[in-house]
Amino acid sequence: MRVLVAMSGGVDSSVAAGLLCEQGHEVIGVTLQLYDHGAATGRKGSCCAGQDIADARRVAGRLGIPHYVLDAEARFHDAVIEDFAATYAAGRTPVPCIRCNQSVKFADLTALARDLGAERLATGHYVRREDGKDGPELHRAADARRDQSWFLAMTTPEQLALALFPLGAMADKEVVRAHAARLGLPVAAKPDSQDICFVPAGDHASLVGALRPQALLPGEIVDETGTVLGTHQGLARYTVGQAKRLGLPAHDAGQRVVTRIEPGANRIVVGPREGGARLVRLAEPNWLTAPVPRRLTVKLRSGEAPREAALVPDGDSLAVLLDAPARAAPGQACVLYDGTRVLGGGFIAAD
Amino acid sequence: MASRVYLDANASEPLRPQARAAVLAALEADANPASVHAPGRAARTILDAARDALAACFGAHPGRVVVTSGGAEANALAIHVLGQGRRLIVAAVEHDSVLAAAPGAATLPVQADGTARLDALAPLLADGPALLCLMAANNETGAIQPVREAAAICRAHGALLHVDAIQAAGRVPLDLAGLGADSLAISGHKLGGPLGAGALLFAADPPVRPLIPGGGQERGMRGGTPPLPAIAGMAAAATAALAASVNDLAALRDAAERAALASGGVVVAGDAPRLANTLCVALPGVAAATQVMALDLEGVAVSAGAACSSGKVAPSHVLAAMGLGPLAGEAIRVSLPWNTTAADIDVFARAYAAMASRTTRRTDRKSIP
Repeated sequence: MRVLVAMSGGVDSSVAAGLLCEQGHEVIGVTLQLYDHGAATGRKGSCCAGQDIADARRVAGRLGIPHYVLDAEARFHDAVIEDFAATYAAGRTPVPCIRCNQSVKFADLTALARDLGAERLATGHYVRREDGKDGPELHRAADARRDQSWFLAMTTPEQLALALFPLGAMADKEVVRAHAARLGLPVAAKPDSQDICFVPAGDHASLVGALRPQALLPGEIVDETGTVLGTHQGLARYTVGQAKRLGLPAHDAGQRVVTRIEPGANRIVVGPREGGARLVRLAEPNWLTAPVPRRLTVKLRSGEAPREAALVPDGDSLAVLLDAPARAAPGQACVLYDGTRVLGGGFIAAD
Repeated sequence: MASRVYLDANASEPLRPQARAAVLAALEADANPASVHAPGRAARTILDAARDALAACFGAHPGRVVVTSGGAEANALAIHVLGQGRRLIVAAVEHDSVLAAAPGAATLPVQADGTARLDALAPLLADGPALLCLMAANNETGAIQPVREAAAICRAHGALLHVDAIQAAGRVPLDLAGLGADSLAISGHKLGGPLGAGALLFAADPPVRPLIPGGGQERGMRGGTPPLPAIAGMAAAATAALAASVNDLAALRDAAERAALASGGVVVAGDAPRLANTLCVALPGVAAATQVMALDLEGVAVSAGAACSSGKVAPSHVLAAMGLGPLAGEAIRVSLPWNTTAADIDVFARAYAAMASRTTRRTDRKSIP
């Protein structure tokens, strides 16, 4: 069948494309130009594309498949970068990878796949798509360390129906690299990508400040009684649960974490590490199963162990009731699991 | 897919047989045309013959034909030589090779059909010595510019005129002296010659102001040993192109246009005088990049906008300048090469219809800024 493969120029999506070719599919590679690489890396006058697009083209050339580069800069800026800055300015902590998956990756590329007569859209993500009795299901990857299901929980059922994840069953990254070497892909030894792709040198605060200057205004750090403990350097530098770089006296270091961000007062509230809330409300929920009250596990961060919880009625909708209270960071995702299966997810709402 | 059909001549014309023969013959001359010995003189003879042929094709003096690496260099050299001490004015639809060589230039706007607004020219020329860059025909729409009229206005204001004739050369008669322009840029591979050579033709002896001084070749205007095969091929291609009739190509282009219209296409710059081989057609609600991909997968090679080195298709400044709104991002360029057949157009018509029926028309369309 004809398969559109989203190729980033990295090892994973290159191997995904290579394996699909090997399986005899008619593979079409597409690479998204998401942002001006020269500007993002602070190198004036360098090519807008960067090395990744060149790598994707070389891999496609090696595989002998058609390959296209799509200009998604405007869309990425509106749907991902603007949201990134606006979310920080509103005192929440964004997940740009999820916004990207929701917009340019799965929404736009699914539409492109249909326009090009492709039956599937494949990516190099580490998740599994299984055909269950009620249709396609999204599952955690076989390799727990690489699992990206938390980032893909907002994939809609319609998008999932078209999706293919050739790497979901891979035991670990070495297996993937071995495939890359076996297929003769010129990216077999390329390092994994790190951090947020469009943020130069890990300095996300400067990027936020350029779009939302108010997110870098200094303000008070207070404890839960309102006592001023210090000064913060802008809301964009903080997330709920954060213990480091609070700028508090040394004897406080590690004892307190951010418990709340108050954008109206431009204030950071700190408190004890333990505690928090049990009820987590979901903004923009996405359901991959029927939304009904039930026991389940949830992850409030990508890397954490699943937490025991229940889905409970909350007004007209459903909310997550954690067995043990936690300091959930508004803006991050709360992803719902039944074992390996992703049931759905949403963004953590502020109280 | 049954067969591949190449309809992207404005990116590069297929090699003409006359050019291939000239390239192969010139490859035999393995000497430097600047050398004083007999093999050098033989190479020099080939170079001189090519220069004479180019001069004859475009109404220039052979001594004022400067051979370059291609069209982009010819445009850059023209601006470098003639723009010295002058304000630069460029038409809004000029090629990137002109725009990039003329930073800070004033812009001559275009009308909805893509042709220059000559009524806006005189005011732009009022502020002292200027150089106007106006292309003979546009690479994306094929719209032919009123160069002769612009030249008269320039002359009346003491301004110079450089004409980027890269798309027009070989497709419409061009005569440097008759046009009244001061320089004319051409590119070998857009004529059906090989890649790697272009030329800048001056109407009068230019000041010696090379971009690449090198060894003083080209009368000091362009250093570097000239690529003899590419130059001989360019000259042969130009001669062959001017001898060929464009009427058949116009009929084939019109057939392609009818096919696109029948599937919902909207012709861009259709009201302007156009190159016989060029069709710019939009499909409302479908991104140009998607159309190019879909047609490529059907075996038909067309293009949209200007591909940059990343391969991404950037929004077209040409179509945006024409005030097309969302259509500027939804138009493809179908440009017929010299060897197009009726069977090619049949393949295009089927592929276009298939593409138009399969793609979803978006309603959230955006104007290109």
